[in-house]
Amino acid sequence: MQFEVMNSPFNQEQTELLNRLLPTLTETQKIWLSGYLSVRGETESVATTDPASKQNESERETREITVLYGSHTGNCQSLAESFFQKLENEEYKVTLSSLDDFKPKALKNVKDLLLLTSTHGDGDPPDNALSFYDYLFSNRAPEVEDLRYSVLSLGDSSYEFFCQTGKDFDQRLEELGGTRLYPRADCDLDFEEPAEEWFEGVFAVLNDSPLSEESAKREVSTHGTYSRTNPFKAQILENVNLNGRGSNKETRHLELDLEGSGLEYEPGDSLGIYPENDTKLVDQLIEEMKWDPKEEVPINKNGDLQSLSDALTKTYEITSLTKPLLEKLASLTPNEELPTILNAESEELKTYLYGRDLIDLIRAFGPWPVTAKEFIGVLRRIPVRLYSIASSSKANPDEVHLTIGALRYDAHGRKRAGVCSGQCAERSLPGDELPVFVQKNQNFRLPDHPDTPVIMIGAGTGVAPYRAFLQEREETGSQGDTWLFFGEQHFVTDFLYQIEWQKWLKKGVLSKMDVAFSRDTDEKVYVQHRMLERSKELYEWLEAGAHVYVCGDEKYMAKDVHAALVTIVREEREISESEAEAYLADLRNEKRYQRDVY
Amino acid sequence: MSKKTTQGTPSEMENIKEKSDYLRGSLVESFADPITSSIPDAETKLLKFHGSYMQDDRDLRQERKQQKLEPAYQFMVRVRLPGGVATPEQWLVMDDLANRYGNGTLKLTTRQTFQMHGVLKWNMKKSIQAMDRALMDSLAACGDVNRNVMCNANPYQSNIHAEVHEWARKLSDDLLPRTRAYHEIWLDEEKVLDRSEIIEPMYGPQYLPRKFKIGVAVPPSNDVDIFSQDLGFIAILEDGKLQGFNVAVGGGMGMTHGDPNTYPQLSRIIGFCSPEKIVEVAEKIITIQRDYGDRSERKYARFKYTIDRRGLEWVRTELNNRLGWNLEEERSYHFDHNGDRYGWLKGDGKWHLTLFIQNGRIVDSRDSEIMTGLREIAKVHTGDFRLTPNQNLIIASVSEEKKSEIEALVEKYGLTDGRQNSALRRNSMACVAFPTCGLAMAEAERYLPSLIDKIEVIVDEAGLRDEEIVIRMSGCPNSCSRPTLGEIAFIGKAPGKYNMYLGAGFVGDRLSKLYKENIGEEEILQSLKPILFKFAKEKEENEHFGDYVIRAGYVERVHSGLDFHK
Repeated sequence: MQFEVMNSPFNQEQTELLNRLLPTLTETQKIWLSGYLSVRGETESVATTDPASKQNESERETREITVLYGSHTGNCQSLAESFFQKLENEEYKVTLSSLDDFKPKALKNVKDLLLLTSTHGDGDPPDNALSFYDYLFSNRAPEVEDLRYSVLSLGDSSYEFFCQTGKDFDQRLEELGGTRLYPRADCDLDFEEPAEEWFEGVFAVLNDSPLSEESAKREVSTHGTYSRTNPFKAQILENVNLNGRGSNKETRHLELDLEGSGLEYEPGDSLGIYPENDTKLVDQLIEEMKWDPKEEVPINKNGDLQSLSDALTKTYEITSLTKPLLEKLASLTPNEELPTILNAESEELKTYLYGRDLIDLIRAFGPWPVTAKEFIGVLRRIPVRLYSIASSSKANPDEVHLTIGALRYDAHGRKRAGVCSGQCAERSLPGDELPVFVQKNQNFRLPDHPDTPVIMIGAGTGVAPYRAFLQEREETGSQGDTWLFFGEQHFVTDFLYQIEWQKWLKKGVLSKMDVAFSRDTDEKVYVQHRMLERSKELYEWLEAGAHVYVCGDEKYMAKDVHAALVTIVREEREISESEAEAYLADLRNEKRYQRDVY
Repeated sequence: MSKKTTQGTPSEMENIKEKSDYLRGSLVESFADPITSSIPDAETKLLKFHGSYMQDDRDLRQERKQQKLEPAYQFMVRVRLPGGVATPEQWLVMDDLANRYGNGTLKLTTRQTFQMHGVLKWNMKKSIQAMDRALMDSLAACGDVNRNVMCNANPYQSNIHAEVHEWARKLSDDLLPRTRAYHEIWLDEEKVLDRSEIIEPMYGPQYLPRKFKIGVAVPPSNDVDIFSQDLGFIAILEDGKLQGFNVAVGGGMGMTHGDPNTYPQLSRIIGFCSPEKIVEVAEKIITIQRDYGDRSERKYARFKYTIDRRGLEWVRTELNNRLGWNLEEERSYHFDHNGDRYGWLKGDGKWHLTLFIQNGRIVDSRDSEIMTGLREIAKVHTGDFRLTPNQNLIIASVSEEKKSEIEALVEKYGLTDGRQNSALRRNSMACVAFPTCGLAMAEAERYLPSLIDKIEVIVDEAGLRDEEIVIRMSGCPNSCSRPTLGEIAFIGKAPGKYNMYLGAGFVGDRLSKLYKENIGEEEILQSLKPILFKFAKEKEENEHFGDYVIRAGYVERVHSGLDFHK
């Protein structure tokens, strides 16, 4: 670090000396020196007068204090607010937040933490501390060796687990490597005095603290060796259903750990996943064909081998039928019905293929007088699934988030599920791994200029990249206006990422939001209806240079949204339909109308 | 006008009320916001005056948070139903609304009205408008105003009931807020901008410091728990004629765990007035509380604390001054129970059937189709329905000819007068608590029935099945089910944990006392068992359980709320 008069308590001459000296010191010398200085500081502090107080002030500017609270009835919150105020009055740099509003990952960067919490019910954290609490006690909790902290806990001693939450936090922070800067105080219902005493104690310690050295930042290799051909095995950190009880939908929110992968992505990019087949299906298939699951079969041209059951789980596709596959399989069975279907009208073939899988086919068109090796020789590899990334890596370093709609349906007498979405919904627990890679998508990018307004239109899981967009804009402090149109079935159960949009609306990261819940009202309302209702304003945004994004279902949503845009431009500009189409084509050419549809 | 003498800065709520433009706030805008099914905190406080609480399904709170969904916000709508009397048409409207917009159930409250739970934001206006068409409203059903006026649900003296109920209705109507906010927001009444007249002549722009409750009792029944009310009127009858009312002031059940400066208190009689003076007396008493109630600390703001700070004599003098005449000497009266009398009763040529509705929950279950049954009864009934203060229901004023038809429906749908239950269960009461009530610390309505199952085993063993013992449970110390007037009472502290109180008077004239703190089911049963057995063995003739536990030394007698915590 380069010292300057501005960022340190030293004068010009001292600064120059230090800048010359410090780079020459070895690590051991630095450690020795800091210890020497801090001990001397202790003994001499009594004698310090004017210059020292000046030193304190500059320390206060650099050493940030974070005050976090968990509060049920508001006592801890008001205490936290008053301590915050006092610290600010002393010209400390202070951050105040409820525990759950505080990004738990940011804990790594906290220097001095004052944590205030009540205990609720039978030793439980208050509601607005629960998520943070769970995070801190999960194995995702970071090491906090640089952290100094003190806990104030409020409780009611008539309860068995008096002040338990405060005790838990206190102990946990220690386990994670933090240093207690002042002992925890457990307060009963008459908390005012002991709380004040605690604060005075904390304050006294803070006043004496030396400037801590910036902890060395971990160097992360940016040279990625993982790719589509060499997917990274990302651990699942979180996997939750975003749809509330009673929903017709199931949308999984996955958080994957990319630490050490070197994988980098930008908002708009997709993540590729190599899924696995459901082993239940694989077992059924093997049993149906009376194969030996342990038989070794080749899985590529290099002759690498896998057991049959592994190969059918991890390598080969067994869940969808295609015309080429049927053609190849027709040669493996004496059954004459199969060629008949193949030669039928294409509509009939399509009808047959729709919703059926390999098990349906082998049951219908046996016998199969072939070996397993021969049979799998005609199968294709499981295709990779791509999902629009729902996170910004700036906001979530080393993580990637996905929004995956679980596909489930009944067809031809059996329950079926999408391969990858089914895997994510039913067979993926935190701790499991998924092979992934980043698929760049330059055609779905935030505007270069952070002040450019954006209009984001998405239904269902189509909202995923907009979560990434807004995280990015929040993280980079962009000033541009943002407008989100979102549609789903029901407000109560299907408002994906609801509390996040609400938070961004409150903070102004999201300027406007319109929602369409198609099944809450007698008449079905979709995003395009909301756009038409806002026709004038939407057109004004376009004229002001807004970029328009559409993400989601191609067949219905994207088509209807495009038609709505045409209508809006035609009516607001009073031009013909083809002129309106041309207007939108221009937007597209200028990369101001971008779509990610599927 | 105001003679505020309490110290301290006004609480945030006072500020909200004052700035609300007579209860309007930004309720219209908040209910139009499509991004959340909630309304802002300050608005929820104003909404109470309109008869509704914002709640959320607490069973789902944590789950939904993980799902990145806001809590399952919903609204509870409480009807203003003076004295708990509803016509069959009104019953059918509430039944329809509960099924159309609510959670498919109705709650008969401890203050004799309907509560509908689970109404989504966008259905609130439709619900209130439907109620309005059936001549019901929810104005002032909650909030810092006079709440629903209770009245004895007297099934056996119908002419007296009609007369007293008329006074209760008049009290309720005359003490309503005068603002047109309710009509503008929910009923699309056009806003008139004439501000030359005083909008709230009695309440003023800040309304009362806290809620205010009035009840009217007709001895010998104290079903309304008259001494729990801020203001109680006890009807005095002579030769079957209504002479007037004893006036009792300063009751209230709520307290805060851990704060001994808060306590339940019973009202005390300060005199007597003739019937036609009842509204005037109520209004003047309300203005005393308006002027002298604590506006800085809401937990000390109820009328009972105002009185206990200044003394009963002060209130009497202040009231007489404001009236310009003096209350008469109190008259004698006698209560002999606060529970309901179940089954068919004949009075004044009509039949009245009191049904046992466990904890007041109208819902179809495997055992009985209460909701369907009452709907079918409402379709043919020509009298009225009376919601009792014990959360039960009276099918009132049934003609001789209709009686068998009603009886057949009662039979068909499994409705009951509760006779097959223990007298303990018939005298039980519980508030809503989880999952909708935001204040609940422990279960109440969902739990008390199963706890009674277990206590019934003890009661049966002790030979006390027909012994009437009043048992009550509240999920928090706000005490909606008036637990400290239960001979056995539970107030929630944490999930599965209750404070247990014993020793209230059987007729609702004495508070109970804390017996055990913060105990779970096992300890509850272990504690009760020996006491009930000893009671069965040692009880004197006509001695009630609440009196016995004092005589036997389990708890001390509570003379006043002031020694409730001692």
